[in-house]
This record gives sequence, structure tokens and C-alpha cells, in this order.
Amino acid sequence: MKISAIKELLDAEVLTCEEGLDKHVYSACGCDLMSDVLAFVKDQAVLLTGLVNPQVIRTAVMMDMVCVVFVRSKAPSEEMLELARDSGIVVMSTEKTLYTSCGLLFSNGLTGVR
Amino acid sequence: MAEELVFRFDVDGEDFTSAGQASVQVKKNLRQLGVDSEVIRRVSIAMYEGEINMVIHAGGGTALVKVYPDCIEIVLEDHGPGIKDIDLAMQEGYSTATDTIRSLGFGAGMGLPNMKKYTDSMDIESTVGVGTTITMRVNCQEVL
Ligand SMILES: Nc1ncnc2c1ncn2[C@@H]1O[C@H](COP(=O)(O)OP(=O)(O)O)[C@@H](O)[C@H]1O
Ligand SMILES: [Mg+2]
Repeated sequence: MKISAIKELLDAEVLTCEEGLDKHVYSACGCDLMSDVLAFVKDQAVLLTGLVNPQVIRTAVMMDMVCVVFVRSKAPSEEMLELARDSGIVVMSTEKTLYTSCGLLFSNGLTGVR
Repeated sequence: MAEELVFRFDVDGEDFTSAGQASVQVKKNLRQLGVDSEVIRRVSIAMYEGEINMVIHAGGGTALVKVYPDCIEIVLEDHGPGIKDIDLAMQEGYSTATDTIRSLGFGAGMGLPNMKKYTDSMDIESTVGVGTTITMRVNCQEVL
């Protein structure tokens, strides 16, 4: 799924790296527990989370993730956005909840990590 | 063996928001050296979990990353409380982290198991009241 499609489905606002919207993601992870993300996630994934701190972005960096979506209109700090820009990660924010966001992506063909 | 390249970092134990900075930097450095991306990923995840542990459990410490021709070695050293029962600490789900740490996305007791999973060798030396030194290695093709 293209990142631009995620933006459309979640009616999300893009906060960094708009130029990355053409990239593809092949799996997704909806999670507030960073250690789980570090344990299970595969390449080219998008992280959906309600947790807002710099470790979310660093976790995404460590996992070579290409996109992070903050749910329920959570607003990341400028420091976090800078970290994301530095690694070319597309950061978005959506009003939808984690459950709804994951459901929308899943039912449109983006499945999770095995 | 050719002389190794060493990166050294002080890990601040006071400030959780900066935890992980050293790992991000190491990832950049290894990428510049042209290290294989899967090796970089394994090194960075293991180091990141270890770095977070030093911050949340040990009040900070130092991290050394040594690039050898055939492996990358990460040495994390702290002077925190030490680990009393290493076998127990290695179990998935075992954690002494506080609720505050949990609310920050860590403290699920997956850190040490993750570090073991992503590296080719891991050695923990720890003395209660003195500190902990964790040495991890990830094998790689010649980079230097
Ligand atoms: N550097 C350290 N110094 C002291 N104790 C540690 C250190 N690293 C890990 N521990 C202990 O081992 C436990 C398990 O670590 P870990 O698997 O990373 O889980 P978590 O960090 O989520 O608690 C910790 O809860 C802590 O009690
Ligand atoms: Mg840990």
C-alpha cells in the first residue's frame, strides 16, 4: 500500500517528509509498546501508535520503518519531527482511534506482521 | 586482525527523552561505513534496547561500538544496581520497570531477550551494587 493511500484512508495530516508519500509499505503495526515493535516488526512497515515521545521515532528509525501515524490527533513535538525528517520518515496525525485506524488499513489490504 | 574502529558514547541517565541517541548515531556511522543493512539493523536494535536499559535501570553509562573486520561488538557498561538473577532477567516478560516507564512504551520485559535474539553472542557480567557490563557481537562480512 502506498503511504499516500494511508493518508487518504485515515484522513490524516502529513507532518513530515511529504516527498515520501509515494513509498510503499508492506506491513503495519498498531502498538504502544515499543519493545514489541522492536521484537516483531518487519521491513518497510508503518507504525500506528497513541504513544507520543521521541522513542517512538527512534524505534521506527531502528526498524527502518518508513511511516509513523499518531492516532487520536496526538501532536508530536518539534524535536520528534526533526528526528523523523533526519531519517526520512513520513509522520502523520489522524483524528481516528488506534482500533479504527488499524481496521481501515487491514480491511483495505494492508495486513499485519505474521 | 586489522586495527578496529571504535565509537564511544556517554549515555545520560537523567533524561529519558534523549535515550536512544547513541544508537541512532551508531546506525548512521555504520551506514557510512557501508555495513550490510541487515547487520546494521540487528546492531541498532540490540544497542537501542541496551541503551534504554542503562537509562531506565542503571542511571546511564557508556557505550562502545567496535567495528572489526568480521564482526561488530557492542559493549554497554554501567555502574547501576546490577542484576541479581541474570537467568530470571533474561526471561521474556520479566521486568522491574515502574508504571511510569511502562507508560513511556518500555518495561515489557522484552529488552534482554530481544538483545539476545538479534545478536550472535551476548555476555552479561553483573555484580549487585557495582554495575553491569553487557558485550554483544553481530557477525558480518568484511567492512574495513
Ligand atoms: N543495565 C541494567 N542494570 C540493572 N538491571 C537491569 C539492567 N538491564 C536490565 N536489568 C534488569 O533486567 C530486567 C529485564 O530487562 P529487560 O528484558 O530489558 O526488560 P525491561 O527493561 O522491559 O524491564 C529489568 O527489568 C531489570 O530488572
Ligand atoms: Mg529493557
